[in-house]
Amino acid sequence: MHLAYPAVVAALLFSIGVYGVLARRNAILVLMSVELMLNAVNLNLVAFDVWFRDRLHGGQVLTLFTIVIAAAEIGLGLAIVLLVYRNRRTIDVDRLRTLAEGTGDPERTDEPGPADEPGDAGDLEEAAR
Amino acid sequence: MTGQEIVFALLGAVAVGSGIMVVTTRQLVHAALWLVLSFGALAGMYLVLTAEFVAWVQVLIYVGAIVVLLLFGIMLTRAPIGTAPDLDSGNRWIAAAVAVATAALLVTVVVMGFGDAKMPLEAGGGSAEALGSAVFRTWVLPFEVLSVLLLSALVGAIVLSRTDIGGARSRGKGD
Repeated sequence: MHLAYPAVVAALLFSIGVYGVLARRNAILVLMSVELMLNAVNLNLVAFDVWFRDRLHGGQVLTLFTIVIAAAEIGLGLAIVLLVYRNRRTIDVDRLRTLAEGTGDPERTDEPGPADEPGDAGDLEEAAR
Repeated sequence: MTGQEIVFALLGAVAVGSGIMVVTTRQLVHAALWLVLSFGALAGMYLVLTAEFVAWVQVLIYVGAIVVLLLFGIMLTRAPIGTAPDLDSGNRWIAAAVAVATAALLVTVVVMGFGDAKMPLEAGGGSAEALGSAVFRTWVLPFEVLSVLLLSALVGAIVLSRTDIGGARSRGKGD
C-alpha cells in the first residue's frame, strides 16, 4: 500500500479542521474542528509507524497518548465553554472580544461590563431547576 | 490499486466528506453526528493499516466518550435545535482560502516526499499484545506521566464546572 494514501487523507482532514477553527462561531464547533485536526495527526502517526516497521511501536503508542490528551483537552475545553456560557450567556467566539486588542474601539465590546459577576451563575442555576 | 488501497480510499472519502459536513452543516447536533461518522471511518482506516488496538481505542474514546461530551456541551449551552443561520463567522471566505492553501501545500509536500513510498502491511503489527508490551516496557514513564495529566485535567474540569467551590468572591453567594 502506498504511503501517500494515509498522508493525503490526513492532510485533507487537517485542512478541514483549519477551516472549521477559523470559520465557525460556536465554541463547541471550534472544539470539534480541533478534534478533526488531532485525528489527522493520529492518522499520520499510525501510517508512519507502519511504514517504519517500528519495533518499539512509537507511533502507535504516541497515537494512544494523543487520544488521551485529546480526551483531557475536550473535557477541560467543554468546562471552560460552559463557564463562559454561564457568565456571558453566549459561546459565540466572535462576540467574546474582551481580550481582543487593536480594534481601536473600546465600545465594540458588546458585552455588558459586569457580565462576569458571580450572580449570573446563580440565576442560571435557579432557571435550570 | 490493491484491494487495501481501494478500501482505504473509500474510507478516506467517507472521513473527508463527513469532516466537510462537520464544518459546513447548519445544525449543531448534526455536526456532532457527522463527527461520529468521520471518527468511525478513521477507525476503519486504522484497521486497514493493521493498527487494530488503536482502532478500538478510537471507537471507545472518540465515538464513545468525546462525542457524548460534545453532545452534552451542546445540550448544556442551550444550543438551538434545528437550523441555526449564524454558525459561520463573517471571515468564512478567508478561512476557506487558508484551508485550501493549507491543503494544497500539505498534499504537494506529501506527494513529492512520499509519492512512491510503499509500506508493508503485516497482520499483528498493532495488536493489543504488541502495543501492550511496547507501552509497559519502553514507554512506561510517559504512560504514568499521562495518567497524572489525566487526573489533573479531571480535577481541573470539576473545579471549573462546579459553582459552589469557586473563588472567594463567589463563595458568599454560593450555597
